[in-house]
Amino acid sequence: MNRKSQRNFDKVVKLTVLALGLGLVLLPIWYMIITSFKPQTMIFELPPRLWPQVWTLKNYIAALGKDKFGLYFLNSAKVAVISTLLTVLISSMLAFVFARLRFRGKETLFYIFLLGMMVPPVMLIIPQFIVAKWLNLFNHTGLILVYTAMNISMQTFLLRGVFENVPRDLEEAALIDGGSPWTIFWRIILPLSWPGISVVIINTFLYSWEEFAWANVAIKNSSQRTLPIAIALFQSEHLTEWGQVFAASLVALVPVLIIFIIFQRHFVQGISTTGLKG
Amino acid sequence: MIFLLPGLILFALFFLGPMAYSLRISFFEWKIVHPERSIFVGFENYQHALSDPIFQRAVLNTLAYTVITVVVKMILGLSVALLLNQQLPGRTFFRVAYYLPVITSWVIVSLLFEYMFNGQAGLVNYILKDFLHLIPKDILWFADEYLTLVPIILLDIWKGIGWAAIIFLAGLQAIPAELYEAARVDGADSTTQLRYITWPLLGPTTVFLVVVLVIGGLNAYVPFQLMTNGGDPLDLTHSVLTLMYEATFGRLDFGYGAAISYLLTGFVFVISLIELRLMRQRAD
Repeated sequence: MNRKSQRNFDKVVKLTVLALGLGLVLLPIWYMIITSFKPQTMIFELPPRLWPQVWTLKNYIAALGKDKFGLYFLNSAKVAVISTLLTVLISSMLAFVFARLRFRGKETLFYIFLLGMMVPPVMLIIPQFIVAKWLNLFNHTGLILVYTAMNISMQTFLLRGVFENVPRDLEEAALIDGGSPWTIFWRIILPLSWPGISVVIINTFLYSWEEFAWANVAIKNSSQRTLPIAIALFQSEHLTEWGQVFAASLVALVPVLIIFIIFQRHFVQGISTTGLKG
Repeated sequence: MIFLLPGLILFALFFLGPMAYSLRISFFEWKIVHPERSIFVGFENYQHALSDPIFQRAVLNTLAYTVITVVVKMILGLSVALLLNQQLPGRTFFRVAYYLPVITSWVIVSLLFEYMFNGQAGLVNYILKDFLHLIPKDILWFADEYLTLVPIILLDIWKGIGWAAIIFLAGLQAIPAELYEAARVDGADSTTQLRYITWPLLGPTTVFLVVVLVIGGLNAYVPFQLMTNGGDPLDLTHSVLTLMYEATFGRLDFGYGAAISYLLTGFVFVISLIELRLMRQRAD
């Protein structure tokens, strides 16, 4: 074999491996999708089919019309969007301080914030429960504040790496022109850090959209439930109605998918700029 | 100062404060309705946990889960990243598609795996029994204390490969292309390049991944909770956190729950420090 066909052969092998792996990765998702279109009588059919004999939309109609699904969806959307915005704002302000300003005790403070990356969120549920009880926060505000607090450490750490990579010349020019730290932050640092911020948005939105443990203890009022809680409850109440469970689940995945598709363009580049590479 | 304040307040109120408070609770037989009537019991909650066979079992489950999932995710993640880092058609498509499981929610995919591993007519049993003829009869995955861990572990691997791959990919792209060119000029084949350029330069990425994945593994909660209904059968399939959750919000034994979470946090902290130390030695 000459070198060129050797290289082509290599390529084909690699592509085949990637495609086979992808098949395994996508199989569960595909199975969830087709199950959501199967009529209830075929949920436990033997053999299980990867292409339904009969397609039906009944599961979607039943699941979406049931149990205030729309309300739970909006609850989740509200909580996730506000948590994401708050986290981006607060973390980037903190990261700006740690990347640019100088004051005594800065390093210590930064390390205290890093603690948040080590401590398991679920371990804090007990005292957070008590704090929330004390402040009367068994509602969406409570969810938003806790999600933001739980995300601050990691995202500040990521953004500090991003901001440190922004060249300082621009700021010096702005300072000479009499720009305040606010101007530098809003006009220079943030716009130049877009890929890194995309990573933060994807991370935080995903976390707040799917968080289960805290929402499960903090939300008592059924009209305030978020989607993960609603879906888990629905499954435990309708044990065998998998078609409906997956119909609801797939609709619940749509917003995350949209966020990911919008921001993924910058994703790999963004991760590199966060300094994770070291 | 304005920049620091919102973050500080939030962090103190919902993170530092709770951590300190939780430490206090762990030394009491805590009364949630009347905290002032709580009884100080010293280290009793901690002793209780360490001598409780259910807790010991939960620790073993969590450790097995963590070790297996982290190792497999690192190996497969790196393999996928190495493939995606080459000039192949459809790279962007593959990158997005491999990442899909990562963005699905834990609750949803836990339920999905429960369905696929269903004892009677589940897809997995069908493939193993009727398609590959590997097993003589259907396996009741969730009725057995050990087999239950199989879908839980596979789920984590399935969901985590994409993330490991993306982080590795970012690390790979940060390696200057000139290094490979120089190596090629010197006649190094691709295995040699992998051994002497890629692997050493990926050091920091690997450290980061191991630390984060181990922390995540030790903190496994949702898949265990949903797939075992919190410890079924017979409380033998708990993870540390599902046990903590049950002690706290099931039996309202807040002190015991807090002690368990402090044991876990202490362990996570020590493990992370050891990992960082070991890896730094390797890097030198």
